Amino acid sequence: MSIAETLGIELGQVVADQTLTLTRDSLVRYAGASGDFNPIHYRDDVAARVGLPGVLAHGMLTMGVAIGAVTDWLDARGWVSDYQVRFTRPVVVDPVDGAEVQLVATVGALDDDEARIDLTVSYGGQTVLGKAQARIRTL
Amino acid sequence: MPVNPDLPERTFPPVAPYLVGREKVREFARATRASAAVHHDVEAARSAGFADVVAPPTFPIVVAEATLQQLLAEPDAGIDFSRVVHGDQRFTYSRPVVAGEELTATLRVTGVKTLGGNAMVTSETDMVDAAGQHVVTSVSTLVVRGDDA
Repeated sequence: MSIAETLGIELGQVVADQTLTLTRDSLVRYAGASGDFNPIHYRDDVAARVGLPGVLAHGMLTMGVAIGAVTDWLDARGWVSDYQVRFTRPVVVDPVDGAEVQLVATVGALDDDEARIDLTVSYGGQTVLGKAQARIRTL
Repeated sequence: MPVNPDLPERTFPPVAPYLVGREKVREFARATRASAAVHHDVEAARSAGFADVVAPPTFPIVVAEATLQQLLAEPDAGIDFSRVVHGDQRFTYSRPVVAGEELTATLRVTGVKTLGGNAMVTSETDMVDAAGQHVVTSVSTLVVRGDDA
């Protein structure tokens, strides 16, 4: 069976469409989980000193939550064999309101045993991850 | 000090093996909101054919981090960490990473490009399992901002 038949997908199908709110709490959790303790991800004074518009989400956190939505959809039916992104714009995380990130994941290409999922990730109406693509395979 | 243009010829020694812990996988999955059962529930992972809980796709950055520290610590690299931002990132897998296994990571620098006062340093970190079989390659480009960038 092809991957399209196994997963019941077709070209252009949206497999995830959601809004994720990243808060300062999310950044602290990700710092602990990843070991990336760069203070620009939790200290306003440090972010200001190095000329940033505010505390920024780790690029790897944005990359991680985007694929998390895809693997939630995929569940135990398959695995990600390749995942790439370009970090094009920072996500500034307000101390009170956080940052709302929009994510849409679409089936961008299909062959017999592999599907390419294209991710559009935006914040404040602007794309923050460029060429965000994941390749998935069935088990 | 500008970024050393001769870095691409450099391969670093493998870092100490990283033991992928079940609770670390769960913690990383919670932090990236990956809620599929295979990341959290051992029985769900086993029914899907895995030996233990499955690490989310970006988890190997935790393992790669020690290799990037080798590069940043290289005395003649000319990389000022306070001016470094992540440019792009890719993971290419032979198979998923599961808890309980040991990964050994080796970094090599593959390119240094200068673009408008910034330097782009691309490196590849290959991760192999205890049997020496390839599991995943992480490719990172670090952008080192120039003085006026």
